[in-house]
Amino acid sequence: MEANDKKQNQDKVLNEVANSDYKYGFVTNVDSDTIPKGLNEDVIRLISQKKNEPQWLLDYRLDAYHKFMNMPQPDWAHLEIPPIDLQNIVYYSAPKTKPDKESLDEVDPELLDTFNKLGIPLEEQKALSGVAVDAVFDSVSVKTTFQDTLEEKGIIFCSFSEAVQNHPELVRQHLGSVVPPDDNYFAALNSAVFSDGSFCYIPKGVKSPVELSTYFRINAANTGQFERTLIVAEDDSYVSYLEGCTAPQRDENQLHAAIVEIVANKGAEVKYSTVQNWYPGNKEGKGGIYNFVTKRGLAKGANSKISWTQVETGSSITWKYPSCILMGDNSIGEFYSVAVTNNYQQADTGSKMIHIGKNTKSTIISKGISAGYSQNSYRGLVKMTGKAENGRNFSQCDSLLLGDKCGAHTWPYINTFNESSIVEHEATTSKISDDQLFYCQQRGLDEEQSINLIVNGYAKEVLNKLPMEFAVEAQKLLSISLEGSVG
Amino acid sequence: MNKEVTTQHKVDAQFVERFYQNEQQILNGDPEYIATMRRDAIKSFEKAGIPRHPMESWRNTDLDPALDLNYTHELKRDKQKINIHDIFQCQVHNFETYLVSQLNGYYAFTDSAIRELDNGVIIGSLREAFHKYPDIVKAHFGKYAKTDSHGLVPLNTAFIQDGLFIYVPENVHVDIPIQMVNLTKSTEKLMMFPRNLVVMGESSKMTLVHCDDSIEQKESFTNAVSEIFMAKNSELDYYKLQNKDDKAVMVNSTYFHQKDNSNLSTNTISLNGGILRNDIDVTLNGQNCHADILGLYLMDRKQHVDNQVYVDHAQPNSYSNELFKGIIDDEAKAVFNGHIMVRKDSQQTNAFQSNQNIQLTEKARVIAKPFLEIYADDVKCSHGATIGQLDTEAMFYLRSRGICEHNARMLMMYAFAAQVVNLIKIDALKDRIDNMVVKRLKGELSICDQCVLHCKDDREISFDIDLSNI
Repeated sequence: MEANDKKQNQDKVLNEVANSDYKYGFVTNVDSDTIPKGLNEDVIRLISQKKNEPQWLLDYRLDAYHKFMNMPQPDWAHLEIPPIDLQNIVYYSAPKTKPDKESLDEVDPELLDTFNKLGIPLEEQKALSGVAVDAVFDSVSVKTTFQDTLEEKGIIFCSFSEAVQNHPELVRQHLGSVVPPDDNYFAALNSAVFSDGSFCYIPKGVKSPVELSTYFRINAANTGQFERTLIVAEDDSYVSYLEGCTAPQRDENQLHAAIVEIVANKGAEVKYSTVQNWYPGNKEGKGGIYNFVTKRGLAKGANSKISWTQVETGSSITWKYPSCILMGDNSIGEFYSVAVTNNYQQADTGSKMIHIGKNTKSTIISKGISAGYSQNSYRGLVKMTGKAENGRNFSQCDSLLLGDKCGAHTWPYINTFNESSIVEHEATTSKISDDQLFYCQQRGLDEEQSINLIVNGYAKEVLNKLPMEFAVEAQKLLSISLEGSVG
Repeated sequence: MNKEVTTQHKVDAQFVERFYQNEQQILNGDPEYIATMRRDAIKSFEKAGIPRHPMESWRNTDLDPALDLNYTHELKRDKQKINIHDIFQCQVHNFETYLVSQLNGYYAFTDSAIRELDNGVIIGSLREAFHKYPDIVKAHFGKYAKTDSHGLVPLNTAFIQDGLFIYVPENVHVDIPIQMVNLTKSTEKLMMFPRNLVVMGESSKMTLVHCDDSIEQKESFTNAVSEIFMAKNSELDYYKLQNKDDKAVMVNSTYFHQKDNSNLSTNTISLNGGILRNDIDVTLNGQNCHADILGLYLMDRKQHVDNQVYVDHAQPNSYSNELFKGIIDDEAKAVFNGHIMVRKDSQQTNAFQSNQNIQLTEKARVIAKPFLEIYADDVKCSHGATIGQLDTEAMFYLRSRGICEHNARMLMMYAFAAQVVNLIKIDALKDRIDNMVVKRLKGELSICDQCVLHCKDDREISFDIDLSNI
């Protein structure tokens, strides 16, 4: 009897997993304020005007736009990018809101419902988990929780637009200081049309008591999302920052080009974790998000530390290289990544570590998993400049192949210009060994469960770096993403 | 910016112009099928041009400054007998070889330009082979060198001066190694286009030693292409020794094409040279192939070495292993780019790649790019790259045993290099190269010391401490 129940329960769980292709693929019916499609100077002026921006920011946008117009789309990545029609994209879409929201009750209930579905109930998070959330819906930041607690400590955590209004001097000082507008094609596009994002400032000596979190969601059709995150950590401060993303299922591709900038001053530590789960497209490779992200941290002061952790399971195309510029002496850069691709997904992701200061250290651990017809590449650069005495890097990039139609590639670049640095790189590519599978299966797990177990074990080194709530979500995501990939 | 572009194009255009203006001289009686290939090649070159910076694999080697010099390009040389022994003597002890040589890009011979040995092996000038053995040439020539990778290969095809042709028939084991010595000796700045073709029949076996040497310090530009075909069950040991002068610029593109069960072992040892670029391209187009691709480079002063290794696993069940080690001193620059490609359905592939560098000075530069591109799942592939210094703990250990710093350094560098040198299968050659490495590390080896094959120096070279017991 009991065994029967258990069996039924198991079946239920299995069914749930089997049917949950992409559980975030719903569309929320909220009225939105959407500007016409197309990219031109007027659109940029309109965005700037809607956000009531100061002149210097408009100039910054226009400057970026002009630079963007002279840049070709990069083609060096191991990706097949279908032509992107920039004129067929809506660059600004905001949920229509009633003015002057004072509390969560006033937020559009539909919106709240969306965030509940996403598993980030603002209310609950506020009360229980102690995570301050800034949610970005389509293009604008919807609600930031936990303001009061943070304010006490002097931490500024708000939407980018608010920051522009309330802390213009801070934004002006740091905007573009790590990722200049002409850094690359997609960064230039973002700098011209970015709509909103999060801004975070940790004052000197403050250790953020809660983890800060942003949730990004693309909802409206034909919109691109161009958000911008700027984190400034003053001397001896600490912050852990989480980012999550989802989008509805749509047949056409949507563009996402974001920028994340981090400035870590003397002795500061910033930990940035991402669980990227944009809609990956269907089993035939139709639809899905094009995810072109520029993430860079500047370890500016001595003894500062920047740590990137990412779990990449979504997007039909991922182009993303979170990097660290280790400028301060003794600064540390870390990059931990799990990238999963299935069906027709393509990912070209990795990290750059630029060592400038003395005794700087960096670690890169990258785990790629490819299944179905997908292509998964690691691309990274470790550069020891002449001044980076005693620089140290260790990189490990492993790839796991599930199925014989997919590809796993590794493109590491190592440049050293001084005699006291030590750089090590190693990588392996293999499939799950039959021995491991046999072992799990003879212990009573079926093939799919066994693979899940092995994959989770393989990615453990990275998952361990994630904050707890995220780690659980990431583990689930891994199993869902690989769903159906077993021969 | 614009100015740069025009000068670059100028060099390219000059080559094309030179070809059309001197076509008859260049062809110099070549059979029609070769003439056609040359004409096609210059057209391919016109499209591709000299490979330059934005090309991924040419980012770190810039040929333009070298190409700007005013070279003497010897378009044709009438058949003439050269007694190569007048120029150099080979005195490597216990190393009996069949010696062939090329002087300034042309095949050197005393009596006949090409000859067929008793066992059916054909060795000689490629230009002669075009006429005498068209069937073999047609079946293989130009079939393996990739014209789409960069413009230097079609440029070579268009301007081929001469080169070595070797044919080993089925089941023949060539019992003594064949040595090819390419010498540059001229008072003028020379530009050379040697081309080699090696065809190995089924179940044949051969050892080939390929040496590139300079006799004087003089600017030169060599654009060499070699094609090597290995039929089923064949076995080839291929050693390439490069000991050029600091003013020499040499691009060496070598294409290996392997069939079922063939076994290749190649070892590229770069001791000196101004700019050395080695493109080693191995296609494993058969099952159960085995390829060991080894390399050692010891660079100092302002020397530049760029090793590009591409291993293409086009069929299942093969094995490849790359090991490249280098010591980089002074302001030298070393580039390594390994690329393993495992094609779809090339299951059961084992491919390994390792690149290790010791960087001795602040101004030395090391760039390593170990790439994997894999489209099959049942494979074992790995790569590793390290850049570092001599191990301080090992240094401490040696010094605490009373060995001075200089000797301890020598000992450790020697041991580092020995991992590659020890894999040389011919003892006499191994000892000789071992000695050269020691001399090189001591900074005593220069081109006038003469290389393995024409060494007049009988002195035993010994370390300050006795290394024979290690």
